[in-house]
Amino acid sequence: MEPLKFNLLKDLKTAGQGSQNGSGPRVISLSAASCGQASGALEVASAFESAIKELGLEDKVKFKLTGCHGFCQLEPDIIIFPEKYFYPLVKVENAKRILLESGLNGRFIPELGFKDEGTPNGVSRLEELPFYQNQLRWLIDQQLDLDPLSLEDYLKHGGFQALEAVLSELTPPEVIGEIVASGLRGRGGAGFSTGLKWKLAREVAAQPKYLVCNGDEGDPGAYMDRGILESNPYSVLEGMLIGGYAVGATRGFIYVRQEYPLAIERLDKAISSLFQAGLLGEKILGSDFSFELELVRGAGAFVSGEETALIASVEGRRANPRQRPPFPVVSGLWGKPTVINNVETWANIPLIVKKGAAWFSKTGTDKSKGTKIFSLVGQVKYSGLIEVPLGISLNEIINKIGGGAKSGKKIKAVQIGGPSGGCLPAELFNLRVDYESLPAAGAIMGSGGLIALDEDTCLVNLALYFLKFACDESCGQCVPCRIGTQQMVSILEKITKGQGELADLDLLEKIGSTMQQASLCGLGRTAPNPVLTALRYFHHEFEEHIVEKKCRALVCSDLISYVIDEGKCSGCLLCLNSCPYGAIEIASSGLPQIKLSSCEGCGLCSSVCPEEFQAVKKISGKDRQQIQLRPDGMS
Amino acid sequence: MKNYQGDDLRALKVAESLQKSIPPQRKNLIFFLHEIQKELGYFPEEVVLQAAHYFSVSPAEIFGILTFYSAFKLNQSCIHHIKVCQGTACHVRGSEAIMKEFSRLLGLKPGGIDSQKGVCLETVNCLGCCAIGPVVVVDGKYYARVNLKEVEKIVAGLSARENSHGTAEV
Repeated sequence: MEPLKFNLLKDLKTAGQGSQNGSGPRVISLSAASCGQASGALEVASAFESAIKELGLEDKVKFKLTGCHGFCQLEPDIIIFPEKYFYPLVKVENAKRILLESGLNGRFIPELGFKDEGTPNGVSRLEELPFYQNQLRWLIDQQLDLDPLSLEDYLKHGGFQALEAVLSELTPPEVIGEIVASGLRGRGGAGFSTGLKWKLAREVAAQPKYLVCNGDEGDPGAYMDRGILESNPYSVLEGMLIGGYAVGATRGFIYVRQEYPLAIERLDKAISSLFQAGLLGEKILGSDFSFELELVRGAGAFVSGEETALIASVEGRRANPRQRPPFPVVSGLWGKPTVINNVETWANIPLIVKKGAAWFSKTGTDKSKGTKIFSLVGQVKYSGLIEVPLGISLNEIINKIGGGAKSGKKIKAVQIGGPSGGCLPAELFNLRVDYESLPAAGAIMGSGGLIALDEDTCLVNLALYFLKFACDESCGQCVPCRIGTQQMVSILEKITKGQGELADLDLLEKIGSTMQQASLCGLGRTAPNPVLTALRYFHHEFEEHIVEKKCRALVCSDLISYVIDEGKCSGCLLCLNSCPYGAIEIASSGLPQIKLSSCEGCGLCSSVCPEEFQAVKKISGKDRQQIQLRPDGMS
Repeated sequence: MKNYQGDDLRALKVAESLQKSIPPQRKNLIFFLHEIQKELGYFPEEVVLQAAHYFSVSPAEIFGILTFYSAFKLNQSCIHHIKVCQGTACHVRGSEAIMKEFSRLLGLKPGGIDSQKGVCLETVNCLGCCAIGPVVVVDGKYYARVNLKEVEKIVAGLSARENSHGTAEV
């Protein structure tokens, strides 16, 4: 490709997009980000590609492998443009039919469409799916029919127009002014004003200046940034180029965690194509602005997401955080001014430049503007990546977009913000999702993990899970975090084993508050949050574990036993044959019984028991103690 | 100087050939180690010493980095990597029980290695495929919505391709 100049971009602008506005052949867009590929998208893709070839339809339909469409649970899915017909869970054997009937002739095939109890007649178009309603998808909608590996496609979708406008029409302070006015705040979770951060870095005299894109998305249960990097890598790169011009930086680094191989692969290709096209390197688009960009692969450490730790890691050292101030905008990479923004923050920049700060700031609350992507997962009916206006209530997210509980059980809490966040109970679901309301309730906005928990989740076990995570990932430099996480883990372990005391709960709070005040970095300061919010809102569950030796969610293995309900058992003996510990015997009734003293609690019996019987059940607390007291120890 | 042979010699050759394309600047160190991990699967002592010499840092510094990041392994690598995702969404959907079942069937603790069969049972913090969990990755192949019954099939499938080498790095 020849280096692009301003006028070349203008030509491409007029080339238009075709499919979205109805002209040109239909576009069949298949979701093929990591979740799509894990669900067989590549096999489906080759079925489509070979059918198109076989039938000679190359000019009649356009087949595209895109990134994430958001509804990850139903991957691989297909959207057909311009109608936006939606086909979930597409199978290889249906490829030809979808190609011919919908792709070529524009007819929807009802039996392959989306249907559930809420939509008994099925729906044909994307906007009609409950999951896609109540969202505001500024970023995700860009991905629906975008080939993430094609610079040409990005340009056709209006890509790099924002950069072009910035380089030809605006001075750096004007760009910064626009970002400040938009009210954009860091999407990594801390919520610092992006524009202000840029301004501070610009005002520091030291040279050179650096930019970093933080793609070390370590929160377990969160994958918004992976979605963007795999689906629209150019939007992040364009955001960084604009940032580089505004801040006066000459060099940028994109740090991506190594657990995201596909994101790394796609970014790598995107970066090389930009160098080839003259959109990276010397005198970009013929202007005086030059910028270099480098991809850095993380090596598996959660703490690298902390900005000072990230700097250490990019410099080739252990990701140990250091004290702030000085903040990275003053002294970051190699002691030079460095702006670090999260992936989603960078992806918002071209949008703000193109549509204007005034447009952007119309959405959201007083202090939290724009949209935010969340990974809505856990026990909701519909899970995936959602994008919503800031200020939306948790209720709307969980019950409208997520469709409420999957199992018909009650959603009792939502975990927001991962290991640094907290669990909020259903009573607080009218809470607004923004940078002020969530911390007031003990949680944080976080980077966007939203995990719905139903009655089958034990809050004590979950608190232990997060503390174990923090304990494993603590860098060990400072005492409050290193010792605090260890002590909290051992106390919580005691409680889940039924060996806790009520005094332990006070101790947890004391250690937690010490860590919050005295830890060196954000990891240690926020690590107690999952425990402290669980104690605040689910104190009764902790008490039950301690006093009644009961786990109401039937999760903590030391507090539960498996028993066979004779009323439901058909005597098929699948459980007896599958038990690896020989803990199931035939009782005088001729039906199987579990011998508690031999049972290791693996739960295999329960998983092999045919669904129509569900005769193996778990018990805890009083019921369990009664059985344990029986002389034969049989259930 | 010690006279290196066999695997040790090969390891050093790998390190030396990487040196040709990666300049010894400190910021390239982790990338260099990633490449070694990819080629060799682990870090023999000689390579640690070699890397220290090349980047002009102490071997302790290299050792510190290798033990800090979970991507780097100090022991002889495995042929088959079973990675059970421990992300929150997988956790609340029962990944703990999945791990226990793998442990039982393979006779390995989480993080354990069966050096005879070349099987490693590993945990991974979050693969970001949260909507289709619990997720297990075996030699780069993703398994979605895994249940206890499926674990047995996956383990049985392993011996069927005993001779194939793991490819993808996750």
